Amino acid sequence: MFFTITLYISLLIFGLGLLYKISSWFRYSVGLEARDVSPAQRVFAFLRGLALTIFSPRIFTLLKVFVLDVLLQTKVLHQDFLKWAMHMCIYYGFLLLLLMHGLDKIVSTALFSNYYPTVNPFLFLRDFFGIFILIGISIAIYRRFILRVPRLRTSPMDVYAIVILAVIMISGFLLEATKITSYTKFQEMVEEYTVQADAEELRTLEAYWVAKYGVVSPKVKGPFDAETLEAGQEAHEMSCVECHSRPQWGFAGYTASRIIKPAALLLDRVNIPSLLWYIHFLACFIGLAYLPFSKMFHIFTTPLSLLANAVMEKGRSDPANIATRQLLELDACMHCGTCSVQCRVGVVFEALRNVNILPSEKIPSVKALVAGKKLSGEQIREIQEGLHLCTNCFRCTVVCPAGINLQELWFNVRETLLREGQPEFLVLSPLSLYRGLMPQSLERNHYPDPIDLALETIYPAGIPLELQDRSTPLVPSENGWSSTLHTSVQANTFSNCFRCVTCTNACPVVRNYPNPAEFVGLLPHQIMHAAGMGLWDLIFSSKMLWDCLGCYQCQEHCPQSVKVADVLYELKNMAIAKARSKLIEQKES
Amino acid sequence: MDFVLLRCCTTPIVLQQYEWSTNAVMEKLGIGLLDVPELGCCGYPLRNISFRAHVLATARNLALSEKENLDLLTVCNCCYGTMKYVDNLMKEDASIRNDVNSTLAKEGLKYEGDINARHILQVLYDDIGIEAIKEKVVRTFDGLKIATHYGCRILRPSKLAQFDKPHSPSKFDELVELTGAKSIDWSEKLECCGSPLWGINNELSLDLTEHKLKNAKQSGADYLCVACSYCQIQFDIVQEKLLSQRGIEAKLPSILYPQLLGLSLGIDGETLGLAENRVSISEIEWFLLHKEASTA
Repeated sequence: MFFTITLYISLLIFGLGLLYKISSWFRYSVGLEARDVSPAQRVFAFLRGLALTIFSPRIFTLLKVFVLDVLLQTKVLHQDFLKWAMHMCIYYGFLLLLLMHGLDKIVSTALFSNYYPTVNPFLFLRDFFGIFILIGISIAIYRRFILRVPRLRTSPMDVYAIVILAVIMISGFLLEATKITSYTKFQEMVEEYTVQADAEELRTLEAYWVAKYGVVSPKVKGPFDAETLEAGQEAHEMSCVECHSRPQWGFAGYTASRIIKPAALLLDRVNIPSLLWYIHFLACFIGLAYLPFSKMFHIFTTPLSLLANAVMEKGRSDPANIATRQLLELDACMHCGTCSVQCRVGVVFEALRNVNILPSEKIPSVKALVAGKKLSGEQIREIQEGLHLCTNCFRCTVVCPAGINLQELWFNVRETLLREGQPEFLVLSPLSLYRGLMPQSLERNHYPDPIDLALETIYPAGIPLELQDRSTPLVPSENGWSSTLHTSVQANTFSNCFRCVTCTNACPVVRNYPNPAEFVGLLPHQIMHAAGMGLWDLIFSSKMLWDCLGCYQCQEHCPQSVKVADVLYELKNMAIAKARSKLIEQKES
Repeated sequence: MDFVLLRCCTTPIVLQQYEWSTNAVMEKLGIGLLDVPELGCCGYPLRNISFRAHVLATARNLALSEKENLDLLTVCNCCYGTMKYVDNLMKEDASIRNDVNSTLAKEGLKYEGDINARHILQVLYDDIGIEAIKEKVVRTFDGLKIATHYGCRILRPSKLAQFDKPHSPSKFDELVELTGAKSIDWSEKLECCGSPLWGINNELSLDLTEHKLKNAKQSGADYLCVACSYCQIQFDIVQEKLLSQRGIEAKLPSILYPQLLGLSLGIDGETLGLAENRVSISEIEWFLLHKEASTA
């Protein structure tokens, strides 16, 4: 009764969860292009796209991907054999165990008229599949907790997935072990199936089961003489053998039963088998009910993502379907960490300590963003920085075993976030090259907005030098900045500057303007001079810092060996650090 | 002669022909290129934002290459300049070296400074040599005028770059001319292509590029020739935008040096990815003469 009720409750939660999750693929949107498409249009576009794909030659592409990437998981195999072995063990072990054992009343009994869980081959296969899962779980634990791959992060969700699987498997094996030894179970069975037996027959049967079937009896103990066993075997063959293969075939459970043997009587007396049975099926039901909300949801979503990405392409597919696919992709990530381990800027995480730099960690953040969760300003800043700290090299997309087009996802969310109005200083780095090359996805009149915002935040007065009142006297603003520059091995050469203007004359940016001071604020030699005088506000108000190409003409020409370009780089770092601390102060006050 | 090849982050997205042509040319010249999949960003784009992040990224690549006991080869000036800069820091500055190595130790890496960062032009000129390459040339260009564009970080700062004389270089010109092409003189030859500001200040970036292109064109060039990913993106993809945005008709296509050399070495245009260039360079094959024909 309790079993049935909990089964239906968990099935109900699972079903509702599934609906809720699938509906979110159509309700939410990622990126600017998807904003104007309604959920209804998205559902319609999906159905149309599905029909057009199925009734076209692309169905063969789908079949191929299904066999190679979904069934054989060649993408994982190419990257890492150990990971592939782990996944195959769990994937096929669980699938087969679920069909044969979990759904035995529906599947096994329908397929095999002679199905009994306690006879071979089923008895053996149950343990065989189970051991595969346990091997898989062991590899997972080894990879996550012992191998310590740099930047492979383990989230509570990963721990949950390992724990729930481990609980199901271990409780299952222990249940089998305690049932093998259980005297109570033995007596129940005897009462039910040996109606006409006399006391002597029962004694020999019990002796036989103790000797051959692992039962631990409080009454009879071996060794038994051959006569008793022969008689026991006779009774056994009459009543039991049809439904019971030797328990040794259930090798894992049998091994466990030999280990617990000394405590078997006690365990049986306090009814541990029934406790284990509750743990076993409740863990299964919890896993089922929570599945749509856990990483195990990838059982459904990852194959869908692989299939969808095989037949979809930006520019060719309906943008409404791309939007839907991107939401599906967020659920298809199983947090395997391949992208983060292989990310070309992953190592930067070690310097900036922002987990959102790592692709696998961006996914939960982006999920929170699209679901409209309330995030703090600092959280949004970290997500934004993580999204921008990307060279757009596509490696994450190429290596993702779920086939998620991660790079496209980052680009879309990045642009949407930039519109929200938090300054992002990374737009002032050459990482913006990619953004500049993608005008078709950018509305041109908005393109410079984030750059202007970042500059305004950096300018101490909020405006560039050329717009400032030049009549204010220049006062050095001392705040410890000069000492940073003085002690920096790269930059301390600025004090050698005798203002010969050679650097400025060599600068192609200065040369580009008829009146350069009107465009760039301080000129290179003035910046070197201002640094010597500690006029930091003047320097940080100069657009020159951000218009510097880093071409090193200034530095090459300097007769005083001032490392002009290196100093400018260092000043950029300082300006950003200063602007960032100013932002944090503003938020706190 | 083997190298670890650092493939620039930009090449797989928009510049695959650079990878193809480099592979083909190096194979022809008997240079082995080893791909180390763990290699990451060269660190260049990070320098504006965080000195430490940029040093760490570069040093990690150097450490990975050192692990293979091979020099680290790049086809990009910005990667090269960054690698030389950080290599020097790691060799000279003990505090930075210790800090970086202690972080790299987390992934079992360490940079001792036993290898060098190399640029493809350096390997071609200094290691293989003009004469050795000439021996493999099977076709030469006739009447082709090339504006050779050195780019910045292969020359400057010269103390680190150590490729050629910073104010009057000639090595790249010689490499261009061994294909039979003429490397013309032009006044903007040593200036920056404008790419570092693309995406940040597009107008300024376009100004600088337009100026250069005009200068090279007026000096009689048929093509530009570059050996840097960023320069090529600027002179090819951004030039395409420049032409349409500013209504300029006179274009000046840019060819990657391995494409130019590859044609001379007898490699076919498809392998070199000639058709991938946005501002078409397919007509360059018209200038080709077969060696036998030209000497006969």
